[in-house]
Order: sequence, then structure tokens, then C-alpha cells
Amino acid sequence: MTDLLAKFDGLIAEHAGLLTAGVRDPFGIVMEKVLGPTEAIIKGQHTILLGTYNYMGMTFDPDVIAAGEKALREFGAGTTGSRVLNGTYQTHRECEDALKEFYGTSHAMVFSTGYQANLGMVSTLAGKNEFVILDADSHASIYDGCAMGNADIVRFRHNSAEDLEKRLRRLPPEAGKLVVLEGVYSMLGDIAPLKELVAIAKAHDATVLVDEAHGMGFFGEHGRGVYEAAGVADDVDFVVGTFSKSVGTVGGFCVSNHPKFEILRLVCRPYTFTASLPPAVVACAAASIRKLMHAHDKRARLWASTRQLHGGLKARGFRLATETPESAIVSVLMPDQETTVRMWSALINMGVYVNMSRPPATPAGVFLLRCSICAEHTAAQIETVLGRFSDAAAATGLFREAAE
Amino acid sequence: MSMDRAAIYSRIIELIEPINAKGVALAEGTTFAGDMELDSLTVMDLVANIEDEWDIVMPLNMLPDLETIGQVADAVAKLVK
Repeated sequence: MTDLLAKFDGLIAEHAGLLTAGVRDPFGIVMEKVLGPTEAIIKGQHTILLGTYNYMGMTFDPDVIAAGEKALREFGAGTTGSRVLNGTYQTHRECEDALKEFYGTSHAMVFSTGYQANLGMVSTLAGKNEFVILDADSHASIYDGCAMGNADIVRFRHNSAEDLEKRLRRLPPEAGKLVVLEGVYSMLGDIAPLKELVAIAKAHDATVLVDEAHGMGFFGEHGRGVYEAAGVADDVDFVVGTFSKSVGTVGGFCVSNHPKFEILRLVCRPYTFTASLPPAVVACAAASIRKLMHAHDKRARLWASTRQLHGGLKARGFRLATETPESAIVSVLMPDQETTVRMWSALINMGVYVNMSRPPATPAGVFLLRCSICAEHTAAQIETVLGRFSDAAAATGLFREAAE
Repeated sequence: MSMDRAAIYSRIIELIEPINAKGVALAEGTTFAGDMELDSLTVMDLVANIEDEWDIVMPLNMLPDLETIGQVADAVAKLVK
């Protein structure tokens, strides 16, 4: 019998090689206790969490927990069914109502994960002989949505308005086109020049979908995302988002004013052919979304902590992926895989959890230690983190190597 | 037509040289993933350069069928026609 997993032997050897070097496994973290949005116990050690995307710190909000507990008792542990059969409860409808209110749209559709929202929207909107035009640095869920659908896929250079224009110009003018953009790109933490990109897409009669997974809650007047801050809401046809970041639970969604939007519930396979979210989850999400409408204090605290971390790391000599803090993601550039793993390992041993990111998840062969900030991080926690980053750099000889 | 194909092929070789980190001998049958060990991102960046060179559209969904340099040259020759 052919071992079907033999194709992964190279990766197995690489991963094993990393661990024999005596470092911790960056992809094998278990949180034994979660003390709150910013702290957990990992291997018995008190650890500051700086890589959770829990931007608004809603995971332990008392109102969110109460809403979830109530729904769990009243509606049970799960729906055991599809949204279009037995899986839409009053809780799901109320969650979609909260989204419509938050985004000011006439329609909202809740998926079981953010991944499925992109998978479903991208694969369903553009069909055969139509085009999806996507940014080169798009999230895996967007690429997978392209792979699942029947459209022709055209990729433009990351955040380049000029490149998008050039590629749109090459397409047949009469063909259906979907331009897929993200407000915040989660690897480098950079934001998209949506004003320019959306204008070009509209000049070529394209439909525009923007993924605001990493922008919801703290960009724009209502916290809708980068597209709101950029003032292009009227030209964006579909906004995709997630509950697993600022909202603090799990799930995905799409909101829109398109008059025919509701038909998507019947034709979008990742929506139709899977079980709906448990009532407790959507009840948590609805409570959280309603609180995020007025979370101005949290937004201010999140930006303050982000500036503190970005500025502090820069002052300590770390190379960062963005010159200024553009989003609540601060990515530290690393020279190579081995140094990245040793730095990551030193940090976790000191009680700081960040994300380790490497190609092909990252663009252009970049190795990163990725930090995401939470509104609940205190200035003292960020100071502690900064000190530990310096200690880890000293222990691993990061700056010595970089200087050579 | 055959001259066009030859010119396209040699220009593609020039575009590939800078990413030929393994120093593989480049020929019609050289494969991107197998012989050159290029990851999917690098291949997609190469496609962007090829598109710009000839002002054509090579959709990413074509890529699974384009395993060798020769196959890419054939595809480009068809698209520029």
C-alpha cells in the first residue's frame, strides 16, 4: 500500500529537526487555563498573550458570557442542522439583525466560520467565464474560494493600484468581475489603500468585496473597518468578516445592500451544506457586536497600546514590517527560520506568546514574529513584553547576527 | 509561429534564471515544483512577470496544467497569438 502521507516526509523531517534543536514547538501550544483575554497558563507558566487577534477583549465580557449562558440553557448545545433546514433559531436571526445594525446594511448572512464566509462568497459570486481579481497577499480562505469556484483567477501585486489597473484593463470589458480586497493584511499588519483600489475597480465596472476580518471594531466612525475609514462604503458591494477576532467567539459573515442577496443562502455551498453555529455562540456574537457599536474607550486603549508596542520595539532596535502602526498587528521581521524559532522559543519560555509565521503563509519569503494587541492589555503588560523581547534578542544573539 | 515559440521560450528562460536558486539546468521538460523546488508563491510571482512581459492574462487556475517550462511557453504562445 502506498503511504499517502509520504508526500509530507520533507515537512515531517524539517519539523522534527527544529524540535531536536531543543526549542519548543511553535505550532503545538496548549493553553491549560485561560485567565482572561490577555493571559493564560501554558506549561504551568503564567503567559502574556500577544498573538490571539482578540483585539477588543470581548471573550470574557460579562454581558457576552451571560447572553451565551442564557441561549445555551434555552436553546440547547447545538442546532444539529443547516441554516436552510432546521438550523436557524431566533438567536441566529437576532445575530444577523445585530450585524445589519452594526454595518448599516439591509442584509446579513452568518456562516459557521470566517473561512467559510470567504470560501462561500468568492466561489459563489464569480462563476464560469467570469473573473476574480485578488491581491497577491490574500488570506488562504480567499485563495481556497478561488480554487473551489469556476471563475478565472487573476492576481495583482500586493496593494498596488497600478498593478490592479493594468490587470483589469487586460480583461474583456463585458465579463463579470469580482475584485477581492482586505482592509488589513494580517501577516505584515499593513492596511490597503482602499480609496485608490476601490476607485479603480469601479472604473472597470467590477463588483467589490472587502474582507474586514482584522479591521472590525476599531477602524472608521462606527468601527466597521478600513473601508469605512477610507470613505468608500458606498462603492463596496460585499463586506466579509469574522466573529473570531474583535467579536471574541467564532463564526463568519457577509453583509451587503445587494437587492438579490438573500438568494445566496440557497446557492452558497459552504453556507448551505454545513451545520449552523450553536445558539450560545451566535448569542455571544450578537451581544458582543452590540457592545462594539459603542466601544470608543476600548478603541482608544487598543490604539494606545499598539503605538506603545510598535514604538517600543522600534526604539529597542527591532525591524518592523510597517514603519508606523497601521493596524493592531505589529510584525517583527526576522532574518531566517532558525533565528525566528529561537526567538519565539525564548519568548514563550519567558512567558510571552506571539505568533511565529513563515513562508508560504507569509509573502516574499519573510519570517515573522507577529504580535496582535488587545484593548485589555495594560501599559505595564506591554512594558513587560518589551523588556522580554530585548532579553530574548540578547539570549539568541539576534542583533549580533543582524549586524554581521 | 515556430520562431515566435522559440523567442518566447528563450525569454521565459531569462525570466526564470533569477529565481533558479538551485541552479538547475533549464530545459523544455524542467518542472517548477519538482526539479526547481519552487513554492507556489514564487511560481505565481513568475506568472505575474510573464503576464506583464507579453501583456496577457494567465489565470491562476491554468497553473495546475503547466508543470514544465515547455508547457508555459506553449501556453504563452497561444495567448499572444
